Amino acid sequence: MSRNATAPVTAPGDNSTAAFDVDVIRADFPILKQTVYGKPLVYLDSGASAQKPRQVIDAMTDVFENYYSNVHRGVHWTSQRSTEAYEGAREKIQAFLGAPSEKEIIFTRGATEAINLVAATWGRKNLGPGDEVIISHMEHHSNIVPWQMLRDEKGIELKIVPIDDDGNFMFEEYEKLLSDKTKLVAVTHISNALGTVVPVKDVIRLAHEKGALVLLDGCQAVPHMAVDVQDLGVDFYAFSGHKLYGPTGIGVLWGREDLLNSMPPYQGGGDMISSVTFEKTTFMKAPHRFEAGTPAIAEAIGLGAAVDYVSTIGLENISAHEQGILQYATERLSAIDGLRIVGQAKEKASIISFVVDGIHPHDLGTLVDRAGVAVRVGHHCAQPVMDRYGIAATARASFGLYNTRGEVDALVDALQEAKEFFG
Amino acid sequence: MFDDLRDLYQEVILDHGKSPRNFRPLDNPTCLAHGNNPLCGDKLVVYLTLDADGADGRIEDVSFQGEGCAISVASASMMTEILKGKTRDEAKKLFEAFHDMCTKDDFDIAELAGYDEDAVERLVMLSGVKDFPIRVKCATLAWHTMQAAVSGDKDISTE
Repeated sequence: MSRNATAPVTAPGDNSTAAFDVDVIRADFPILKQTVYGKPLVYLDSGASAQKPRQVIDAMTDVFENYYSNVHRGVHWTSQRSTEAYEGAREKIQAFLGAPSEKEIIFTRGATEAINLVAATWGRKNLGPGDEVIISHMEHHSNIVPWQMLRDEKGIELKIVPIDDDGNFMFEEYEKLLSDKTKLVAVTHISNALGTVVPVKDVIRLAHEKGALVLLDGCQAVPHMAVDVQDLGVDFYAFSGHKLYGPTGIGVLWGREDLLNSMPPYQGGGDMISSVTFEKTTFMKAPHRFEAGTPAIAEAIGLGAAVDYVSTIGLENISAHEQGILQYATERLSAIDGLRIVGQAKEKASIISFVVDGIHPHDLGTLVDRAGVAVRVGHHCAQPVMDRYGIAATARASFGLYNTRGEVDALVDALQEAKEFFG
Repeated sequence: MFDDLRDLYQEVILDHGKSPRNFRPLDNPTCLAHGNNPLCGDKLVVYLTLDADGADGRIEDVSFQGEGCAISVASASMMTEILKGKTRDEAKKLFEAFHDMCTKDDFDIAELAGYDEDAVERLVMLSGVKDFPIRVKCATLAWHTMQAAVSGDKDISTE
């Protein structure tokens, strides 16, 4: 089979800039040298979790080898050094999101915890019977289930913005759902299952006209595009570190400072209090109010390194490169007989869900794996999306900044052979 | 490229996966259960009619419906062929043996000496999933569901 993992990225139709050299980037990711079943690893599952560059691995190793300690409590050198690095990571993320203050950056275990935090604190305090929360039909389960739990507890209503056959967010339907009862609009910025980019600026504008707040699930957005929370005008923004080339176990909730300080704490414990007596405890302000207990120190520092990494390359350059790959992969996959792409929204990030006639995605996943190609198969934690299109599962190729056209070719070749195998 | 996958996807398995046998609901089943593999979205229903007169609950008819990958559909299809005419206890014994075959390195085929040879041969064929741990759930879903049905459970999830 043809394979050219180092195909030039400046082929015709490729929008990448001269400054972006995918070979240089690939050299930063040790795992990309791995072979599986004797073939080069073709990692097309960054949407589930992205690989880690040397810069992130080194930053975390540096923590453990040179200055690790608990944060915010030691007078000794290692604790001060760890605290500086941990709080330094917060400032990096502040800059990365264009946030006005580093106090607005709350470290969480991931986006799931970030959304649960908003539901459990802001939601519990502010929502009651008759209030409505709007989500979309293409949410990840992590932006559905917390609101359902709150619905069952508080008697709020959950409204769902439909998606059309191509996977577009149906904006007119959204407008109809908005009312004075709407208190929160919680939608994904980019769909993990379909790749759809939601027109979030307009979503936010209309929600604010109704006096509702907006939370965006930015997991799939931050690795693919520049995000500025002030430019968006959003109220809460959540993302996971591990999809942004950082470690697992760390994520971010950004919220407007006044909003955060009006919210009750999420969990009680150490590191989040001003003073504790058995009669009364007073709480710190954000972000510490929401970070009870010893945090994921090395992971936060690792995420800071990941943010530095993508910022140095430039999200605009990454986006241009990935859009070139998306366009090429869409063309090549569409040309395969019996293959149908699920999700052809007008604006997409580099995520392609697809089904192949006569081959269940799970079998497809096992087959292309033998060609060294890693794709995700299943419902992508978005079962309502699968139901919407009458399918149980899809195969999904999601492309990151290190993927190449040669890797798209490897996927296409493997799919062709899988079709022959199943006859 | 896929030569070493022939152990998993043998011709008989591919055939059953494409053209499943007894793929229909039963009109008046004695019992049925829903099987669900949330990891991959496989869902199937297993229907059984047991002999009402005999004390050993002989399986008079067994069928299934649902959707899943080639492995789970083939396994369900082959299971229906294997189980027809077996008693409830025999079905349980075969399920346990199959489960062990798929998950245990030290499974001794001699344990099944004297059993329906054709059934054992088919189970051995399906037990190729042992080398693909993530797929064991696919192969055993129908069997778990059958076991749930005859035990009086309505739903079974393999996770």
